[in-house]
Amino acid sequence: MIRQRLWPRLWKRFILHIDPVLLAALGLLMLTGLAVLYSASDGDWGRVLRQAGNMLVALGILWLVANLPLHYLMRTALPVYLLGMVLLAGVALFGEISHGARRWLNLGVMTIQPSELMKIAVPLMMAWYFEKHEATLTLKNYFVAALLLLMPVLLIARQPDLGTAILISASGFYVLFLAGLSWRVMGVLLVAGLGSLPVLWSMLHEYQRHRILMLFDPAQDALGKGYHTIQGTIAVGSGGVLGKGYLNGTQTHLDFLPERTTDFIFAVYSEEFGLLGNLILLGMYLFVIARGFIITADASTYFTRLMAGSITLTFFTYAFVNMGMVIGILPVVGVPLPLVSYGGTSMVTLLLGFGMLMSIHTHKKLVQT
Amino acid sequence: MKRRVELKNIQREIYHFRLRLVLSLGFVLFMLLVLLARFVYLQVVKHSHYQTLAENNRISVVPIVPNRGLILDRNGVVLAHNYSGYTLEITPSKTGGLEATIEQLAQIVEIQPKDRKRFKKLLAERHDFESLPIRTRLSDEEVARFAAQRYRFPGVEIKARLFREYPYRELTSHLIGYIGRINESDIQQLEEDDRAANYRGSDYIGKTGIEQSYENELHGKTGIEQVEVDAGGRGVRVLSRTPPVSGNDLVLTLDAKLQQVAEQAFGNYRGALVAIDPNNGEVLAFVSRPGYDPNLFVDGIDEQSWSELNNSPDVPLNNRALRGQYPPGSTIKPFMALAGLHYNKRAPGYTISDPGYYTLPGSSHQYRDWKKGGHGSVDLFKSVVISCDTYYYGLATELGIDNMHAYLSRFGFGKKTGIDLEGEAAGLLPSQEWKQKRYQQKWYAGDTVSAGIGQGYDLVTPMQLAYATAILANDGAGYRPHLVRQVQHAGSNGPAAPEIRPDFELKFNPEHLALVKRAMTAVTQPGGTAAGAGAGAPYGIAGKTGTAQVVGMKQGEQYIESQVQERLRDHAWFIAFAPADKPKIALVVLAENGGHGGSTAAPIARKVLDYYLLGKVPQPLPAAAGEEEEHD
Repeated sequence: MIRQRLWPRLWKRFILHIDPVLLAALGLLMLTGLAVLYSASDGDWGRVLRQAGNMLVALGILWLVANLPLHYLMRTALPVYLLGMVLLAGVALFGEISHGARRWLNLGVMTIQPSELMKIAVPLMMAWYFEKHEATLTLKNYFVAALLLLMPVLLIARQPDLGTAILISASGFYVLFLAGLSWRVMGVLLVAGLGSLPVLWSMLHEYQRHRILMLFDPAQDALGKGYHTIQGTIAVGSGGVLGKGYLNGTQTHLDFLPERTTDFIFAVYSEEFGLLGNLILLGMYLFVIARGFIITADASTYFTRLMAGSITLTFFTYAFVNMGMVIGILPVVGVPLPLVSYGGTSMVTLLLGFGMLMSIHTHKKLVQT
Repeated sequence: MKRRVELKNIQREIYHFRLRLVLSLGFVLFMLLVLLARFVYLQVVKHSHYQTLAENNRISVVPIVPNRGLILDRNGVVLAHNYSGYTLEITPSKTGGLEATIEQLAQIVEIQPKDRKRFKKLLAERHDFESLPIRTRLSDEEVARFAAQRYRFPGVEIKARLFREYPYRELTSHLIGYIGRINESDIQQLEEDDRAANYRGSDYIGKTGIEQSYENELHGKTGIEQVEVDAGGRGVRVLSRTPPVSGNDLVLTLDAKLQQVAEQAFGNYRGALVAIDPNNGEVLAFVSRPGYDPNLFVDGIDEQSWSELNNSPDVPLNNRALRGQYPPGSTIKPFMALAGLHYNKRAPGYTISDPGYYTLPGSSHQYRDWKKGGHGSVDLFKSVVISCDTYYYGLATELGIDNMHAYLSRFGFGKKTGIDLEGEAAGLLPSQEWKQKRYQQKWYAGDTVSAGIGQGYDLVTPMQLAYATAILANDGAGYRPHLVRQVQHAGSNGPAAPEIRPDFELKFNPEHLALVKRAMTAVTQPGGTAAGAGAGAPYGIAGKTGTAQVVGMKQGEQYIESQVQERLRDHAWFIAFAPADKPKIALVVLAENGGHGGSTAAPIARKVLDYYLLGKVPQPLPAAAGEEEEHD
């Protein structure tokens, strides 16, 4: 009797904190990613299997995080943030230089990229801070929260890693916005921001300026950075409405389309599946985002609302910035296409975020019932 | 902003939050519409435009590789140049079958197994849509034969390319270095330095020597051509063109003739020679023997030649002048003499009585002089002229190793000279601190004694010793040794060579300096250790001989040159500058296993000095390879 009921009960416990709708949408995106990766890597099974391995690891982390109760999540905010800041300072002082940027920290046993940790730690910290001061929110609190955001962003932008700095800025801004930053302040910030553009420009690294300038005239640097944009645009445009068919992208398979398994994988997808495929992909992303918004709207506490909203909007930002840079409306900043691009780190960070979403959703349900 | 004092209204809060959430959703939808609009623009409105671009690959961006800069000696003799030749290239992805294609090609032009091996290696490193050479340097006849049958070989092309050539071969191998095919680690490095774009289309990069250290000057700027091509990938029309900018030419400080004279003077000896103009740090000759033919490396060296070079007991690939580290032996004595005078441990007139050995107080161990029975009464002048070991054993003990370290490091011992070549060795100038760090051992008094005559832990490179000699010759002015005199910008004469200033100036008591120089001049005069080499010279040569032990001798054992295997014989040193009163050249000669400095190294130096100061050519110099032919 007991035996018969053990496995169903275990299974029930196993999926208790998993949101099936969200998981199905994520799974679909990841499968799409594997299929495109197979094409982009010219049928390199090794690479596809490695990515599948990355996905399994990331899914395991998703499950773990989804099972963490909320108060536990909150308690990690401060220590994780502080750890991240220490590591970032460590990178600035002792970091290893690779590809002209100081992003990696060698801990002896392994090298880590602390900016990746901050993608979660910064919004977590800000949401925790707002929750703590929920009852007595004043402008000062927004100011402190903005500082919590700015310190890591400046350190990361200095590395220089513009893509990550932009993503973290966005995720932090979403927290501020959802926490109710007044429209007037945002208006003032916008004006101030536009006014300080020339100053920011002068602080950018030569190659970052180059990438932005090049956006307006890719032909100018047709052999270097402009090559990415030109080839990406040709690939997307030549895909047409229906695409050239799976494994048939000529740009992809004949030409030298750089980073085509990582940052430029969308060009491969778009060439082979066309406008129709793009619509389906946008639809899948929109579905995930919509589900995220529903979870956000239903969230029970201030902290979880801010966190869920920020995670969802950051996910959208990932997708938008990546596709935008491939089709030449944004500068090439090195942001992967979420859940599709090859690479384990961003996969883990993303699914960790979605694990939090599921935890927020399912633990609230438990509280209610 | 006014403080909120009223109680929180949860319903209102949630209402506001959801309002913002809806606004966010609106923002997301709007941005997705922006993306969608761009998709529609690219994939529907402009589709046919991009279709043609992609399908026929109509417009291809072709990099135009710039001509690499030439390398000339100080008198305009060409040491590295480019010549045009034909290569046979295959784009593997465009052939029907790669193996079959190569088989068929082999029936028309000669393709050796080593060509195939090299091609396989290239194929593994590069993409199969790139055009890769299977044969280089085709003869006119081979070109004609292939052209006639070209229709049979899709994806195979004859290309005219520029090849690098080093007409003087071994003569300049360790100095000029060579270029070679760009490999994985080069690509990584280029990407790290953000230089990869400028290397698109380039196959070669400087690997060693001047070719490596001046890569950025020599390479030039890659041009771009937008070419309209037909369905077969052949160019029809050039749409736009940004011409490449050729690399800059380098004028070296080297005198190629002097270099040849020096090479010849070595005869069969291995070793190194570095000659510097002490007045400005210009390196006049830079020899490391044996050398190798750098032309072998340009297109990837074949296995047999590589293993011959790599396994030769003469280690021809080792740059002895720059990287070879040897005990300085007695060549350290003039510097030690200056140190003794500087620290007031020796007065010029102070004499010791040399019994032929030295013992530390309270020890019976004998540190032997090279001359059995000793030199009798020896003052500082004589100690240099006849190279008395006993004198310096005692002096070193009184100075102490840390004073020696402090004083000798002023001449650049134990540090890289900073010459414009990569991979320089730093030598070794020991100190108490160093030994503690390196061996976790304390410094012993006996260590100091050996260090006094440049043995024990002391190591120098010929380059370092030449630099130190130049500093001494020029009364303390340290001009960093350099090999490039001028960078000539393509198409113009470029700026004049910048005026060279010394990096530092050492201060000496002029009497001390004059005394040591006088003693060094006496070394090459009757009674000195290099009297034979100095005989009959119409100018004064200040010099010092030295020997560097290859194997240590046991206590009581005697070193008899004729009984020692050739490769275990001592290395011979000679340092010199001339004319002694107003030096124009400072040099160092190292003859490996040459025995005594006075009998082997000094005569080599004499020949070089005679040529440089008197224009005397000992025997006719060989012509450069292909010198009679015309090159562009």
